[in-house]
Amino acid sequence: MMEATVESTIEQSADSLVSRPATGERAPVAEGETVGSPFVDSPKMAMRNVDVFYNDKQAIFDVSMDIGSNEVVSMIGPSGCGKSTFLRALNRMNDTIEGARVEGSLRLEGQDIYDPKLDVVPLRARVGMVFQKPNPFPKSIYDNVAYGPRIHGLVDRRADLDDVVEDSLQRAGLWNEVKDRLNQPGTGLSGGQQQRLCIARTIAVSPEVILMDEPCSALDPIATAKIEELIAELSENFTIAIVTHSMQQAARVSSRTAYFHLGKLIEVNDTERVFTNPEHELTEAYITGRFG
Amino acid sequence: MDTSTLLAITAALAALAYVIGRGRSLSQAADIGGIRKLNSLPFYYGMLTALWCGLPALLLLVLWLIFDEAIIQALLIESLPADMRDLGGSELGLLLNSVQNIANGNSAGITNPDLLAAGQLLVSLRENSQRALAVVVLSGGLLFGVFGWARIRPQQKARFQVEAVFKIVLLLCSCIAIVTTLGIVLSVLFESLRFFQTVPFFDFVFGLDWSPQMAIRSDQVGGSGAFGAVPLFAGTLLISAIAMLVAVPTGLMAAIYLSEYAGSRIRSAVKPMLEVLAGIPTVVYGFFAALTVAPMIRDNGAVLGLDVSSESALAAGLVMGVMIIPFVSSLSDDVITAVPQSLRDGSFGLGATQSETIRQVVIPAALPGIVGGVLLAVSRAIGETMIVVMAAGLAANLTANPLESVTTVTVQIVTLLVGDQEFDSPKTLSAFALGLMLFVVTLALNYIALHVVRKYREQYE
Repeated sequence: MMEATVESTIEQSADSLVSRPATGERAPVAEGETVGSPFVDSPKMAMRNVDVFYNDKQAIFDVSMDIGSNEVVSMIGPSGCGKSTFLRALNRMNDTIEGARVEGSLRLEGQDIYDPKLDVVPLRARVGMVFQKPNPFPKSIYDNVAYGPRIHGLVDRRADLDDVVEDSLQRAGLWNEVKDRLNQPGTGLSGGQQQRLCIARTIAVSPEVILMDEPCSALDPIATAKIEELIAELSENFTIAIVTHSMQQAARVSSRTAYFHLGKLIEVNDTERVFTNPEHELTEAYITGRFG
Repeated sequence: MDTSTLLAITAALAALAYVIGRGRSLSQAADIGGIRKLNSLPFYYGMLTALWCGLPALLLLVLWLIFDEAIIQALLIESLPADMRDLGGSELGLLLNSVQNIANGNSAGITNPDLLAAGQLLVSLRENSQRALAVVVLSGGLLFGVFGWARIRPQQKARFQVEAVFKIVLLLCSCIAIVTTLGIVLSVLFESLRFFQTVPFFDFVFGLDWSPQMAIRSDQVGGSGAFGAVPLFAGTLLISAIAMLVAVPTGLMAAIYLSEYAGSRIRSAVKPMLEVLAGIPTVVYGFFAALTVAPMIRDNGAVLGLDVSSESALAAGLVMGVMIIPFVSSLSDDVITAVPQSLRDGSFGLGATQSETIRQVVIPAALPGIVGGVLLAVSRAIGETMIVVMAAGLAANLTANPLESVTTVTVQIVTLLVGDQEFDSPKTLSAFALGLMLFVVTLALNYIALHVVRKYREQYE
């Protein structure tokens, strides 16, 4: 109900924007076409004509784009535009929602991830996810990080597990803060520390792609700055797709930016291009704060 | 005029007071420019007048009814001849009883003129009392009603006063449960103290022998009376343990299936069915245990060459376990459902399977709540009576063998108190001591359980 109202207001403002004569040198864009450069050479993940439905309601319309290796792609757009839904489609997290259905082709290094014969467990180990709200398990800090390696049987000996935990916490920038209290519950950490713990937990499984769904929206500015720093470091080893509401964050952390609007992918371009000279008038309207 | 008529008239009077009070506030409001000038809405002025009229009348009625009997009795004793008056104790009680019989028109066989006269007196006293009651109550109601009516002013804070009265009424209602519990505890406590005067406390708590038959007279042949409660509590624990062994795994797994795996259609069909199981009267479970399960166990045991008594702890425990399954499953279902979806997502996002997520994330997170639910179920099993009365037997065996017949605290309380009892024998009083022990145990369990459940709630809400 809520969502419908939000969307209809967005729709109205968008309509009024579209009916406005196009400004500057931009040519009018054909309906339903993504402008910019959605595709890259030898992509890590390639999505073609993706539709997502919640029961009868379509949330994503015909989205096609690539995510390249070791790049940070940010996904921006107004509330309810479908960016989180699209992100969750990338490691089949939508499977846990009753009535959710994904159509189209989604490939991870050429392999169809919605192949009915494919086991979703190794897929999610390769494509990890960090959520909006920090969600540490009600276990110790150590056990939180060790959870993934344990269930996947990645290590045999306790010493190896200790190494993995320490390494993951180091890379998540949390080691110095928690090394003396690894046996205390993860839920006792501050919000920002919890989110870094969740990132450590994710990288402990050594995924290839990390999906981040508004990872900083529940954090204060200092904790946010730490996470953003961390994302920059992680991009050396991981491919990262991040959904964010903060355009500044998208500008700071990502190399390419995708703009979603009402379930459609409007524009994908280099981040710099999107924030200085967007190709599509809807993108421009959003980043200049005329709606959203 | 009898009391119910009086009550009806008082209610009518209060209703009338409401109408008049409301009318007075309205007419006062009309003089000063509409009801917005009143402090409260006219409804509250009417209500206040009705309360002024009704509450004192009710109070008078209650006080009268409380002291009425005692005063009449005192007057009656006063009228009796001196030799009867001095009898005292139970004999005087008997005399008063026959006077009451005469007054109720049951004078057959009584010829004593003093008693007949007293009977006449009682009848007239009662009539006078009723009349006086009516006069006092109605005039009290009228008087206070008029007083309340006269107090009505536009500035009067009628709403505050009405709400204050109703707040007190609500408080009184919530006190009823507490006062009742307290009363029950105290009555059990005092009877138990009487019991502990004859049987030492430690003999009762640590005694290993239970045979409550006692010689009532010194020359009677009877048991010596042994009041060691250990066999009873051991039997209770044995049966409860069997019940929990059945109920906890089954209930927990049912809850996991319903909350994690079942689709909404299955869930909406199965959950009510489980709850029907909770609605079956325990006496029905009892004869199911006694007539179906116990013979079945005995016969199967005979096939295996085991000596199973026809009333075994196993039969009672199994059926009690089945009875408790919905209790455990519905409580566990609630706490498992309350585990935030974000924790499941976090686990799935790391590539955990559903069963890994349930075993390593969901259940540990829900564990405090599940433990609380199980403790509540234990206290229910310990207090359960009907099934064990019918299926567990009466022999106070101190044994850990579930195939033998044992008895429980509740069964013994029932057998001690059923039938004609004399309340000065330790045999009867021991029932109260058992009840007190049982109450303390289940109270402690409930307290711990509620504490644990509450702590868990705070964690996620």
